[in-house]
Amino acid sequence: MAMTKLIIDGKEIEVPAEYTLLQACEAAGAEIPRFCYHERLSIAGNCRMCLVEVKGGPKPVASCAWGVRDCRPGPKGEPPEISTRSPMVRKAREGVMEFLLINHPLDCPICDQGGECDLQDQAMGYGVDTSRFAENKRAVEDKYLGALVKTSMNRCIQCTRCVRFAAEICGVPEMGATGRGEDMEITSFLETALTSELQGNLVDICPVGALTSKPYAFAARPWELGKTQSIDVMDAVGSAIRVDTRGREVMRILPRVNEAVNEEWISDKTRHIVDGLRTQRLDRPYIRDNGKLRAATWAEAFSAIAAKVAGTKKIGAIAGDLAAVEEMFALKALLASMGSANLATQSAGAFDAAAGRASYIFNPTIAGIEQADALLIVGSNPRKEAAVLNARIRKAWRTGALKVGLIGEKADLTYRYDYLGAGTDSLAELAAGKNAFADVLKNAKHPIVLVGAAVAARADGAAVLAAAAKLASDFGVIKDGWNGFAVLQTAASTVGALDIGFAPTSGSLSLAQMTSAGSLDVLFSLGADDVKVADGTFVVYIGTHGDRGAHRADVILPGAAYTEKSGIFVNTEGRVQMAERAGFPPGDAREDWAVIRALSDVLGHKLPYDSLAALRQAIFKAAPHLMRIDQIEAGDAGAIKTLAGKGGTVDKTPFKASVEDFYLTNPIARASAIMAECSRLASGQMLTAAE
Amino acid sequence: MSVRRLAPKEVQPASFEFTPENLAWAKEQITHYPPGRQASAVIAILWRAQEQQTGWVSEAAIRVVADMLEMPYIRVLEVATFYTQFQLQPVGKKAHIQVCGTTPCMLRGAGDLIEVCQHRIHHDPFHLSADGDFSWEEVECLGACVNAPMAMIWSDTYEDLTKESMNELIDGFAAGTPPKPGSQIGRQFAAPEGGARVMKSGGAATYTKVLDMPKEPALADAEPKKQTEAANVQERPAPKPPAADATKTNPPKGGAPKDPKEPKK
Repeated sequence: MAMTKLIIDGKEIEVPAEYTLLQACEAAGAEIPRFCYHERLSIAGNCRMCLVEVKGGPKPVASCAWGVRDCRPGPKGEPPEISTRSPMVRKAREGVMEFLLINHPLDCPICDQGGECDLQDQAMGYGVDTSRFAENKRAVEDKYLGALVKTSMNRCIQCTRCVRFAAEICGVPEMGATGRGEDMEITSFLETALTSELQGNLVDICPVGALTSKPYAFAARPWELGKTQSIDVMDAVGSAIRVDTRGREVMRILPRVNEAVNEEWISDKTRHIVDGLRTQRLDRPYIRDNGKLRAATWAEAFSAIAAKVAGTKKIGAIAGDLAAVEEMFALKALLASMGSANLATQSAGAFDAAAGRASYIFNPTIAGIEQADALLIVGSNPRKEAAVLNARIRKAWRTGALKVGLIGEKADLTYRYDYLGAGTDSLAELAAGKNAFADVLKNAKHPIVLVGAAVAARADGAAVLAAAAKLASDFGVIKDGWNGFAVLQTAASTVGALDIGFAPTSGSLSLAQMTSAGSLDVLFSLGADDVKVADGTFVVYIGTHGDRGAHRADVILPGAAYTEKSGIFVNTEGRVQMAERAGFPPGDAREDWAVIRALSDVLGHKLPYDSLAALRQAIFKAAPHLMRIDQIEAGDAGAIKTLAGKGGTVDKTPFKASVEDFYLTNPIARASAIMAECSRLASGQMLTAAE
Repeated sequence: MSVRRLAPKEVQPASFEFTPENLAWAKEQITHYPPGRQASAVIAILWRAQEQQTGWVSEAAIRVVADMLEMPYIRVLEVATFYTQFQLQPVGKKAHIQVCGTTPCMLRGAGDLIEVCQHRIHHDPFHLSADGDFSWEEVECLGACVNAPMAMIWSDTYEDLTKESMNELIDGFAAGTPPKPGSQIGRQFAAPEGGARVMKSGGAATYTKVLDMPKEPALADAEPKKQTEAANVQERPAPKPPAADATKTNPPKGGAPKDPKEPKK
């Protein structure tokens, strides 16, 4: 890499030649104020806040749009000199700030951005204390942008970050700046709601209070919130989040930067699920008496379960999408002590825990997508199943290096792709090399075959997985230093469950068998809401929300949601991450592992863990890689070769994506009024699109 | 300039379709740009849409142009709202008068022209006259300052206008017999008013005069710029010395001026 020497504030520094001055100044430790510049967006250079002085120039330059390459050396070949603290720079910043504030209303006391506002902070840091502007400020009508983004357009400073974000990251070029000069306004076409699953991030990138969160409007001030760093469980990406609480209530969820997973974006479901954590909560145990659920005490509920469990070996357990490793491990141990190995998760489908880790994780890693030059998507809609991961695919596609092919349902993925077909026969055709995309895959240096979780959920899931694995190994997707076989899970619990063996084995019942009539006497459901259990089975539901699973339950044991417990989640890459507790579960509800531990005592099979630490020790003993938080235990590529050899007959039915309604995939989301509103808006858009 | 919005729903047509000739023309425009860069043709095609749609751009036309160029609707809306030459409201069927109001025209009486428009069309710009045939607006410089004041209707300019000729202009368009574009006082292009004033008798004499002028040495860089005699001469006549006492020889009519301090009755 060619390095260039610069003198910044009297300090000599070497930076890569392709850096901008702003990056160079930051590398030198100088702080450059900015509004329009954002490192993940294209450069606009229109706010002028980042002005610096380049020695020899007649006027300050906008450092965000000025390349290190564009700087001239001194007359005797000295390195270019840049000053970020000279009187000229200070005066320029003060001037720019005065201009920006000319039309910015003085409504900080009633603005939701107050306390975390770039303009506020920078006005304090670089502005002057008065304005010479005595005329009327400009007034702009507020715009409607959908259910999530509230606008207050008087405050807009026209940095166009939102326009660039919508067009570049979201891939839905719906926002724009109409008019010109003083009358420039940010809007969507005819003020229609935005259609992106990432639109919540507009609020974060807006440097002022023009775009604020609609559900969080006037709810709290940033300085009165407790902040807990945690992990999201709405999809299998495991985005890094910050849970903001006031008292015991979760007020909002914000993204944290994690370059390896979510960069700095989170999906709308991750962010705006918050009201779902408050409504429809199970806050005490319930027992079904004469077909009706009634409130009960813990002791009553436990003894009702004990009465049913006594004398039967036909016991099983199904884990839902949001279960942490801890409770699944404890439940597995409880069932084992009662002589049962009937375990399944509702979303794991045909993935085989025994086949090895590589067969069910996203081997190339999410950050690895950026290296990829060919991507085959099989039976998945990444935009709905993992919106943030889809943004990463789009990022790679935008560089022009990535070619994408899709087998499955046609959908707007925000990037162009070659449509190869709808079903397994297209997969077979591609494997036979009958499609031009076969050469793209074969010739690629870093190809990825992305297999959706919906593939494994099919009746012939194992055979299709084997076919996909065969295609992957035949086309050289797995090579030295690169494993391109990528499974995109949709549930946060799946990889963790498979890692600890919470899955059907050869001697146990499968998910389908467990939910059919007469196979089980007692079924423990760990928040499994998307399975339909046959009549006659006694269902013990351990969960958080009064959703489908609770309606079917015979005993309900109230558990803790993901913001109310510390739990280990393994994302689709196989990255082990720990969610932290931000608040306490409501009413009598307890952390799920503690519920299982207490129940085990009543059932006479007392589990040997008295604390979370003791439980985790047992987990780490059984699955040591779960100890390494934030790391990925790479899968053995041989597992995919083995999987490829399995074969099997496949059905001709076309692939279906596993997520039909992005906004309503889990019990928390279904309890959220905001998600319901988003879903209504999205389906309305689907209708108009179909017309 | 003010905030520019699309016309309200009530006046928006339900659909827009290019005529076959315009469609062919638009397709041809697209071929001027490399594949994938067809969006570059947006201004030209949007302009043709405006011409076809009696002088204004409807929301339907924006959609049609966007679809044709595979652009997001908002991008075409940005273009349409950015350039004030695109009319977003319906304009007069017979004429939309764009009166230049920039300094040269203003000094030469653009205000009178606007007054005529206000009286004959509508008090406010961008509003249709009662019969819907006319509308007007004030625009920035249209580049015919020599023949100021001027106005533009459709693609023709009408120059050297006065109140009277402006009225005639509107009458002409109302009757369907618009006057000839260009100067309305008969001057040729931008030639001096009343015909040529120089080079009337052939150019030879003046030409030799220029050649005979004494050559001065070119100024060296180090020398200060010399002030020529001509630069010191003031064009206005030298001020006259004040008369000794003007009021004595020429007393004001109506008696001596009143003392301003005296209270009014």
